[in-house]
Amino acid sequence: MKANLEVFSETLQALAAQDRQVIAVTSDSRGSGKLVPFGEKFPDQIVEIGIAEQNLVGVAAGLAAMGKKAFAVSPACFLTARSLEQIKNDVAYSDNPVRLIGISAGVSYGALGSTHHSLHDFAALRAIHNLPIVVPADAFETEQAIRYASATDKPIYIRFGKKNMPDLGQSLSPNFEIGKGRIIRAGADLSLIATGETVWPCVQAVELLAEQGISAQVISMHTIKPLDTDLLASLGAAGKPIITVEEHSVHGGLGEAVGSYLFQQGFFVPFQIMGFPDEYTVTGSQTEIFDHYGLSGAGIQGVALNLLNR
Amino acid sequence: MNIEALKAKSKQYRKQIIEVIYQAKAGHTGGCLSIIDLLNVLYNHVLRISTPTDPMRDRFIQSKGHAVEALYVVLADQGFFPFDDLKSMGKYQSPYIGHPTKKIPGMEQNTGGLGHGLSICAGNALAAKKDQSDLKVFTILGDGEMAEGSNWEAMMFAAHYQLDNLCAILDYNKLQISGPNAKVMGLEPIKQKIESFGWSVKEVDGHDIEELVESFDALPFESGKPSFIIAHTVKGKGVSYMENVAKWHHGVPDPAQFEQALAELA
Repeated sequence: MKANLEVFSETLQALAAQDRQVIAVTSDSRGSGKLVPFGEKFPDQIVEIGIAEQNLVGVAAGLAAMGKKAFAVSPACFLTARSLEQIKNDVAYSDNPVRLIGISAGVSYGALGSTHHSLHDFAALRAIHNLPIVVPADAFETEQAIRYASATDKPIYIRFGKKNMPDLGQSLSPNFEIGKGRIIRAGADLSLIATGETVWPCVQAVELLAEQGISAQVISMHTIKPLDTDLLASLGAAGKPIITVEEHSVHGGLGEAVGSYLFQQGFFVPFQIMGFPDEYTVTGSQTEIFDHYGLSGAGIQGVALNLLNR
Repeated sequence: MNIEALKAKSKQYRKQIIEVIYQAKAGHTGGCLSIIDLLNVLYNHVLRISTPTDPMRDRFIQSKGHAVEALYVVLADQGFFPFDDLKSMGKYQSPYIGHPTKKIPGMEQNTGGLGHGLSICAGNALAAKKDQSDLKVFTILGDGEMAEGSNWEAMMFAAHYQLDNLCAILDYNKLQISGPNAKVMGLEPIKQKIESFGWSVKEVDGHDIEELVESFDALPFESGKPSFIIAHTVKGKGVSYMENVAKWHHGVPDPAQFEQALAELA
């Protein structure tokens, strides 16, 4: 059990030790980004911007244009809203390979409320050309995603939370490849396609469903864009029900991307999007909020049973 | 290039700007004519750019992206692409659009949204410092653009990191799209504001070639501080009926106006 945020910090330190071009750019976010040790070990490779997210992304673009591997690290809520135009123009459109790291994403900040939640970021960023969206689910995926980000010469957005996440294992999908979903649990009766911190409750749902003789598979769709359409086509052809689960609004996220692909390809399978409804988000911890909206093993189980009985 | 040669260049560029905009039937005429002397001195006297891809080149990012026709004319004159290519400007599938893009040799960034260039320049300048490179970084900002808060974020940053390899130039023609700055959103006292943000500031006549050369030669104005040049300019400079008239922000001359403009610039 380890938080993806911790894994990010450790991985970035390992990368920085090997490559002086790796630079962390923070908006008074080195504490919340677990980058205090990074700053102590590599003082020349961290740039503090202060609480100024537009400048954070603009400066990171300027660093990236000069060959620096700039990781712009800021809470996902601010990074993808306050600096959206900088992301669109200075990173994606200008093709400056900034590594946009949205920390404490989704409802990780729990009771701090909607100012600190990012339930819009997939929707906002999916409509911007030249920006992959990656949402790792566990330590393995997080480390792989950060290493990929360092190696690529293109822009990328990676978002994750700060809660300890169980290791999902690599027995069924030993590799991590951007744009390719990973099978976490195999099953024949329906598919649960989730991303980030919602993959784990799907695994819990699989166990509950197994007790009722239902065999569900879980896919970690860690890349929201580009979407793994090969995998979706195979699921569509199989014709079994599909449920998508995400820590994001039901509008414009993973679920709508998956549904849009399936529908346009002529795959009409029983289908349900699970995420956050279009309402003021309930107050609570991340876990309480997940439970409230059914993003739990039992909640997903219930939706699965309904879909199977349709 | 000597002063007389630079003055001749300004004349040539002004005519070419009018020609390009007249042919495209679109463009930001007033702003192009107000920044052209700045661009002239930058590209023909200040910037060290052996090729557009030389990693050691000085960087210029035109934050005031809409005055792109002026930049097109100057970059063509640098030999980065043929001037005649600009005949396609604004046409279907042309790479020459109404704002700077990196597709064009010599253009550093895609600008056009206001309040973006200074932050990117600050990132360039910081990277150069980290690399112990002596390259310099320049931007031109519009006066209306100074209302964008992101500029002031970047100003704080550049002073904090003592980026004395960075120079921002304000094209202060006092007019923006809907009228005088003073009515839309007042900037004054702009010099004191910028100084209070930790920059070293110099005010110049933005059309006086000799004064511009002297000012750029004096960079950085203070060691350890970013430099800011407030260039007092005239929107539409050089064409009598365009000067200081806000509607020429993106006005396009009709045939008679076109002939008159070329005659005045001859």
